[in-house]
Parts: sequence; structure tokens; C-alpha cells
Amino acid sequence: MIPEIGNFAVILALLLALTQAVLPLYGAQRGNLTLMAVARPAAQGQFVLIAFAFGCLAYSFLASDFSVQNVAKNSSSQMAWFYKFTATWGSHEGSMLMWVLILAFWSAAVSVFSRHLPEDMAARVLGVLGLISVGFLSFMLFTSNPFERLLPAALEGSDLNPLLQDWGMIIHPPMLYMGYVGFAVAYAFAMAALLSGKMDVAWARWSRPWTTVAWAFLTCGVALGSWWAYRELGWGGWWFWDPVENASFMPWLAGTALMHSLAATEKRGVFKAWTVLLALTVFSLSLLGTFLVRSGVLSSVHSFATDPGRGAYLLGFFLVVIGGSLVLYAWRAPKMISGSSFGWYSRESLLLANNVILIAALASVLLGTLYPLFIDAMGLGKLSVGPPYFNAVFVPLIAPALFLMGVGPLARWKEASLPDIVTRMKWALGVALATGLLLPLTLNGFNVWASLGFFLAVWIALAVLAAFIDRLKHAQGGLLQKLAGLPSGFWGMQLAHLGMAIGVAGIAVVANYSSERDVRMEVGSYAKLGGYTFTFRGTTEHDGPNYRAARGTLEVSQDGKPVATLQPEKRVYNISGMAMTEASVHANIFRDIYVSMGDQLDDKGTWIVRLYHKPFINWLWLAALFMVVGGIMAASDKRYRIALRRSDAAKNLATQGSAS
Amino acid sequence: MKWLPLVLFLALVGFFAKGLFLDPREVPSPFIGRTAPAFTLPLVGDANASFSPADMKGKVWILNVWAPWCVTCRQEHGFLMQLAQTGVIPIVGLNWKDKERKAEALLARTGNPYVAVPEDLDGRVGIDYGVTAVPETYLIDKQGIVRLKHTGLIDPGVWKSKFEPKLKALGA
Repeated sequence: MIPEIGNFAVILALLLALTQAVLPLYGAQRGNLTLMAVARPAAQGQFVLIAFAFGCLAYSFLASDFSVQNVAKNSSSQMAWFYKFTATWGSHEGSMLMWVLILAFWSAAVSVFSRHLPEDMAARVLGVLGLISVGFLSFMLFTSNPFERLLPAALEGSDLNPLLQDWGMIIHPPMLYMGYVGFAVAYAFAMAALLSGKMDVAWARWSRPWTTVAWAFLTCGVALGSWWAYRELGWGGWWFWDPVENASFMPWLAGTALMHSLAATEKRGVFKAWTVLLALTVFSLSLLGTFLVRSGVLSSVHSFATDPGRGAYLLGFFLVVIGGSLVLYAWRAPKMISGSSFGWYSRESLLLANNVILIAALASVLLGTLYPLFIDAMGLGKLSVGPPYFNAVFVPLIAPALFLMGVGPLARWKEASLPDIVTRMKWALGVALATGLLLPLTLNGFNVWASLGFFLAVWIALAVLAAFIDRLKHAQGGLLQKLAGLPSGFWGMQLAHLGMAIGVAGIAVVANYSSERDVRMEVGSYAKLGGYTFTFRGTTEHDGPNYRAARGTLEVSQDGKPVATLQPEKRVYNISGMAMTEASVHANIFRDIYVSMGDQLDDKGTWIVRLYHKPFINWLWLAALFMVVGGIMAASDKRYRIALRRSDAAKNLATQGSAS
Repeated sequence: MKWLPLVLFLALVGFFAKGLFLDPREVPSPFIGRTAPAFTLPLVGDANASFSPADMKGKVWILNVWAPWCVTCRQEHGFLMQLAQTGVIPIVGLNWKDKERKAEALLARTGNPYVAVPEDLDGRVGIDYGVTAVPETYLIDKQGIVRLKHTGLIDPGVWKSKFEPKLKALGA
């Protein structure tokens, strides 16, 4: 019964989504307040219904109801309860339900936090979100219903893909979808502005905090995905330029560009058309990601089971949503005139340069990701594009943007002085250049990429420092008081930029100074790597809930002093028979020692063991943490709330005026 | 300028639409247009007899790589039976990596569409043919030249769209 109730809730949610889309949009066009007022309760009701449906599916998983096809295919009774729960979104169908759940969550959030918006704006934003929801709910119901029954029921499920039985998978998809779908809000604001024809800077101010929060979630999701791949795939790699990774990285790049151009649009009224176009682009890239992962047009290590029917539906939906928005854009774009002029050297011009570079970098990733498809579609053969292309093209493209990150926040709006910035940043440039040139010499000989990375990281970090010094010069009180007095928008931006510096430093080190060895290890033998000695103590058999593992024991020591005991596992999952390596990692802030088991070579317990020394790898996750915290701080800046209160007051005044 | 985003977008959608009908996993066989790799393997159920592609000289035939443990092969088994009954083309079933030797019993139970079932126990012939996953099917002409390779299930649709035109062209 439970799955049927869930299914029914989804059908009701679809009807409600239709209502949420049609009535308020029509009402906003005709100025009918009653119709517009449908938007909020519809959005909230939809959220309740979909959350209920999600609960029904989760219940079926937790209860191991193998008469539900999705449960039978993606779960088993042997799994631990938390993997049963996360298996709810481990399949294509289940993850679509999570997609619409998160969309409904964002819509409900907009309905709650939009009281200060003009009625027609709120109605249009929620209406557009309703339209997207209609598309995805019907996609799910008609092509990928997670509640479909399997009759007769299976006796045992075929288990969740062992790769997904990891706690990184518990949080990675929800975070990623919060980001992907969060950009739907930015898209809806842009569409509402286009529909109303009022493309003033107000929509930019309203959508800024939403965009920043979505960006923070996406950052978190991408980083978690990378962290999961690093630990779970057992290759010690953290980024493979796989199509699915790129599908999450492209909206991130475009979202980063959008955050910056929104700032310029809101503060100075410039780049209006461009910002609207970017908001459309970010969400189309989110949709593109969904399409690429689920349609099977590209081959990837971690795509879902694919089906051309689903692909065709998603492509049709993509065509209608984005094609429609771009037609509307083309129609309205000539009306969007930039508000003010700015000098060739100003914060506006630097933000513009940032945008141009980010979009060029995005284009290079898009081209590399889709190139195999282009070539195949034109009948020119089969090929794949790998890391050599991306590293060679992406790194030089993004480097100038990282350099400008150091200058942008210090430049004034409208017209900044170049000699002034030169005097202020001379010392920083000198220190950064010296670090870039000299630091690699102390490590492992000169390396141009490491030098570039160190230079940029130090440069950005010093620029953050310079910005703080600049701000604090004129403030009153003690240092702590001064720091506390800075607006959280400033803190957020600087923390995120500092995060970028940390990330660049981490990448520069881990990409250039990592070492690894595949060694044949007999029981009691040892191997050396990165100054550490690894002694192999053999393996023991170990039974997990739904797998059997050979657990190796390696003692790690440095200069005779024990550092850690690592226990990597080689697991064979009972139902699927899939073999999995479970790496064991000893981490600190400067390095990871990472060990994973290869294959057993003979009966005497000799194994191939893979040893990795990954210096500074944890700086990557630290970087993401800084960016996420920065994003949340920036979005919580007081001035958005003040603007909120002001417009509330204005609205109250207006209603009083009309009442009297 | 204002229409540029739409134009780029539509071009992209065009490629995706085309892409939906292509399979990125299907790797073309380098043997197409070349002589099928030679081998001699014992037959399932009769280890004294053997099969070699040279035995089929003068006939257009199909080499179907399959295994008893392969679920998709069981799905396509029904269609292969129909095909065998029409007698359009002889089918040879290369029994790939059947370590548990279940092929003979399985064929006895479900029917045998094959004119011969050579046994590739360690998968070496599969390596020669570049088999990545079963089922895989090769169409080989009268001179022993590989004309077509299909990865995955053969159903009536695949047969009509992919194999029949080639068969016509070969005059079989």
C-alpha cells in the first residue's frame, strides 16, 4: 500500500505544480491578485506532498519491500540500515524523486522568504519554478517511476552498487542537487524579470543571496564528489575530468561568473542583459548535466542506467525550457540598457574580465566534454578526450582569472587608479613572485606549473590580507572589535577568496609532488615511499554485513618511529560479486598516506599493494570548506535583510495609502 | 547578437538529438573489412571434433559470442532460435569463458540455434576478436571477411536495421 500512496502523492503534487505554474503566471500577466495568491500555498503544498512521497519510498527501502522494483534492484536485506536509506536516491528513479523534492524545497523556501517581493514578482518566480516542477514530475511519473511494482516480488534485492555504499554518497547527492536545483531559483528570478519586462536592478538584488547559497551548496557537492572518488575508487585521484564530473563543474564555473556579475548589476546597474543570460546559462547547464548523466549520449564511469526514451524526454524538456527562455531573452534583451559607464580600470571592468575568462574556461570544458559526441554525430569516428586536453587548456585559461582575483576586490567601482594599486600591491607581487620562483627549488627542483600555482596562491592570500588592512585602517576600536564590525558580505567574499588560494596551493602541490608505487609485498616485507617505510603484516579474513573482505595490515613508520597502522580492505560483495577496494588513509594537514590493496598473488599471502603519498591533498577539502562558509556568510549579509525590511515598510506604507 | 545564444543552443540540441541514436560504448571493430582471425577450437559436447572459421568458407555466416552466465544472451536466445528456424543464415555460437561448462545442458534444455558451438574456455579467441562484453555478434562473408560487428542484444529491430541491409549487399 505504502508505495501506492507515495505514487498518489506524486500525482497530486503534479496537479498542484500545474496549478502553481498556470494560475499565478496568468494572474501576474492580468494583474489578478487572487490568482497570484495561489502561488505560495501551492508551492508549500507541493513540498509537503513530495516530502511525503519521498518518505514512502524511503520506508519501502528501509522495510526491504522487494515487491517494489526500485528496491529490488538497488537494495538488499543484508545492507546496513543507513545504506538502505541512502539507496533511496542511489538509482536513477530515486534520484529524480530527490531532484523534485529539492526543487519543491527551494520553491517552498522562496514562498516563505518572498514576502517583501512585489506580488507579481513572487507569483512569476513561483510560477516558473512550478513549470520546471511539472516537467520533472511528469518525467518521473511517465518514464522513471520509483514506485513501480515488481510482481511476483523478488525474494532478495540485487544490492546497491558497492561503489555507492560509502558515507560520502549519503551526503554528496543531496548537496549537489541543492546546488543544481538552487540555481533554478536564480533562473526563475531572471525569467520573472524577463516576463514582466521590468529589468531594473531589483531582480539582481533579490536573486543574489539565493544564487550565493546555491553556489555554496554546489561547491560543497562537487568537493564531496571529489572526496568520495578519492577515497572510494582506490586510485588516489581526486579529479578525472570525467563527463559526469564536468557536468557538475560547468554549472559551478557559470555560477561563479553569475555571482560576480550579479554584484556588478546590483551595485552599478551594468551588464544587465549579460547577467540575465548567465542566470539562464547556469540553470541550462544544470539541466544539461541531468541530461548527460541520464541519457547515455556520453560514456562515463558513473552514469546511471540509460534509456533513449528518457533521453528524448529530457532533451525535449531542455529544448522547451531553455529554447523558450532564450527566445524571450532575445525579445527583451534590446530593452536592457546598462545603467552607468565605467572606466577601463575599475571594479566593473575587472569583474567583466573575470566573467569573460570564466566563460572561456567553461567553454573549454564544455567542448572537451562534448567533443566525442560531436565527432561521433558527424560520423568522423570514435574518440575520447581525457585529462591531458583539460589540463593543457583549462589551467592556462583560468590562471589570469586567479590573478585578477587579487586585484578586483581592491579596485574601486566606476574608476580606479592603476598607480594606486601598483603602489599598494608591489610588495605582495614581490613576495608572491619570490615564493613562486624559490619554493619549488626547495621541494623537488624547478617546476613551472608548481611555480605558477604557488605564485597565484600567495598572491591571492596577500590580496585578502591587503583588503583587510585597507578596511581596518579607518575603523575605530580594538582589532577584534574592528574585525567584528566588518560586514559579513566582506567576510564572505574574503573567506571564499582565501579558500581559492588554499585550493590553488593544494592543487599545485598535490599535482606536482605526489608519489605512488605499486609494490609486490610478501608478509613481513617493507617498501619505502615519500620518506615513510611501509611494513606489510599480511591479511586477515573479515566479514562485513553484506561482503567478505581481506583486510591487510601495514605499519607505517618514519625514521624508525611508528606513524600509523593502516588497514585497507579488498571486499567482495556477496550478491553482486563485485570486488571493491577500500583504501585506508592516514591524514594530517600536510599530507595523506594512502594505501589500497591490489590483487593477491599467491597462497602465501603475497599481495600487490598500492602506496600513495599525497602532500597537501587535504588543502583541497579545506578550500571547499572556506568557500562554503564564505558563501553562506555573504548570503547572510545584513543589507539583504535591511533591504527586505525597507521594502516591507514601503509596501505597508503603500497599502495604508491605498486604504486611507 | 541577441539571437546568438538561441542559435548556439539549438545547434547543441541538434547534436544531442543525433547523439541519442548513437551508442558511445560501441567501439567499431578494427576487423571490419579484414579476414576474421583464425582459430581452431573443440566443440561443446564433442571434444574430439573442432571448429575453425575456415570451415565456413563459401558461406555467409554469423559468429555469435555468448556465454551461459550471460543474462542478455538468454534474452537474445529466443530470436536466434527463430532465425535458425528460417534458415536464412548459419549461426556459430562461440561459447566464451564458460568455466562451469554449463553450455551443453543449457542448449539441450532451451534449444540450440547454432550449427556449431566451439568452446573458448580461457577467452583467448575472444581476445583475438576484441570481445569486450557478451553478447557480441560478427557477420562474416563468403571470403571469411568480417563485414559487421554488433555489441549487445540482437532483436528483430536490430536485425532489420543493421543486419538485413548488409546481408542483401552480400547477396545472401
